[in-house]
Amino acid sequence: MATAISILPAQQLATLTDAYRKAVARKRLKATVATAVFCAALFIAALGAEVNLHTFFTYFGNFLSYFDRILTLDSGARVWTNPVEWFWGLKKWLRMLGETLLISYVGTLTGAVFAFALNFFAAQNTSPGPWVRFIVRRLLEFARTVPGIVFALIFVIAFGLGPMAGVLAIAIHTTGALGKLFAEIVENADMKPVEGIRSTGASWLSCMRFAILPQVSAGYASYALLRFEINVREASVMGFVGAGGIGQELVVAIRKFYYSDVSAILITIIVTVFIIDISTGWLRGRLFGKESRR
Amino acid sequence: MSQMPKPDTAELRSKYPGVFERPASARLAMPAMIAVALAIFVYGLVDLDFSPTKLITGMSQLGWITMMMIPPNPGSSFPLYMQALGETLSIALLGTTLAALFALPVSLLAARNIIPSNLIRFPVRRFLDSIRGVDTLIWALVWINVVGLGPFAGVLAIMVSDFGAFGKLFSEAIEAADRKQVEGIRASGGNALHEIRFGLLPQVLPVIAGQVLYFIESNTRSATIIGIVGAGGIGLQLAEQIRVLEWQKVSFLILMILIAVAAIDFISSKLRFAIIGQRAVV
Repeated sequence: MATAISILPAQQLATLTDAYRKAVARKRLKATVATAVFCAALFIAALGAEVNLHTFFTYFGNFLSYFDRILTLDSGARVWTNPVEWFWGLKKWLRMLGETLLISYVGTLTGAVFAFALNFFAAQNTSPGPWVRFIVRRLLEFARTVPGIVFALIFVIAFGLGPMAGVLAIAIHTTGALGKLFAEIVENADMKPVEGIRSTGASWLSCMRFAILPQVSAGYASYALLRFEINVREASVMGFVGAGGIGQELVVAIRKFYYSDVSAILITIIVTVFIIDISTGWLRGRLFGKESRR
Repeated sequence: MSQMPKPDTAELRSKYPGVFERPASARLAMPAMIAVALAIFVYGLVDLDFSPTKLITGMSQLGWITMMMIPPNPGSSFPLYMQALGETLSIALLGTTLAALFALPVSLLAARNIIPSNLIRFPVRRFLDSIRGVDTLIWALVWINVVGLGPFAGVLAIMVSDFGAFGKLFSEAIEAADRKQVEGIRASGGNALHEIRFGLLPQVLPVIAGQVLYFIESNTRSATIIGIVGAGGIGLQLAEQIRVLEWQKVSFLILMILIAVAAIDFISSKLRFAIIGQRAVV
């Protein structure tokens, strides 16, 4: 059965469509202005970044042929025809990868311990005083905003070349990042247990230990694992500035145009990152249930 | 006052053995995990050549460096640094925008509700994953080989590494879009293009815009560091000044980066809220 759609009388309709057109026109104007401002910003940025389309188009072929070259052995054959020669340095690279993993592990654990020690001072509901909170928050912010590799550059000069500088750089950056996340977990914690414990005459420290910690420890561990995942990537480039790990090998291979080595090292890095991602995801799922898997 | 009756512990214990005695595996799991974690930590310290003397000399050296950093002083190079900062912001803005432009069509290919076939989606997703697995700094090194030193290499590096991230995020946004509006368009006689334009895009665009803004913000940080390998911007200046041990300039540059990042954070969070309302992004 067909139903006729009732149409309003022309006069009523006119005012309605008018209002509609006006609303749409205002929205369109806003969008146009925003687009124009954005395009202008892009144009200025293009000037600032010395973008040269001519160079780009001339050399874009180079980018593609770069991948062609890194997939070619010195003998001219494709890399996958001779995996033994392609991965000739696998033993050394695996050792360096192990070092990279250790750097990120030690750095993450150290950073997590420091973040753990600081976060109760930074969270609004548990901080003993506003001054302490302000100072700790600024400290964490500083540690988080300065990129890890900048810390690594400075630490390489202070502590000498080697993985120690990388570990400390990752530890500092992790302290900043985890400190903030931990403090947010604490701020979301239920405060009733704290009241209960305080009413028995317990000190601040006991309140934290018996009221807050049981609520938040699972969240802490989950974030720390996630951070470990990120730090593995970070540690893989620490070697660029001489702070240990596989990055050292990679930067040498890229700079000296050892093409097939570049692809081999890249593949080992990507595979390692995949494995770490999957296994920490699995571990987090096992430890903290499905909902915390992100 | 009534006295609470004393609980008969022995009886309770025999009634509910499960509450009082956890199995050994549950009691031992936690200490065992901590012991293993600590063992790996100690092994790491030994393997990575940590030694107390090295740590102490390093710390004193670091203290000395910090003393040298105060007060921050750009010397006569302030205009140069401002220009480098502008270059960094340009790299972030341009790289992110280009990445978003390239990622949008590819993300359609990776979205389950657009391309139901696993045959295309799976390789596209793995491809995006592998791009993301390679750090921005590595891409910068590769692009320097291709287009030479300078900020342009930085733009391209950010473009490629964000392409992977955007492809994944956009496709997730598209998959989360409501199916009903698309069906409504189809019911009123729209074709496939109409469905995407009027059914899908209005839902997805604000989310995407929010993500792009967030990435511009986080790429300001990445753009500061890709200069360290020679891809232009303020990182180049920073790495140079660290290498020649001009600590006052170094601290000034770090300060500049902190202020710039804070400013961008502020602006972009304002813009994000204006675009998507009070919803949290990412």
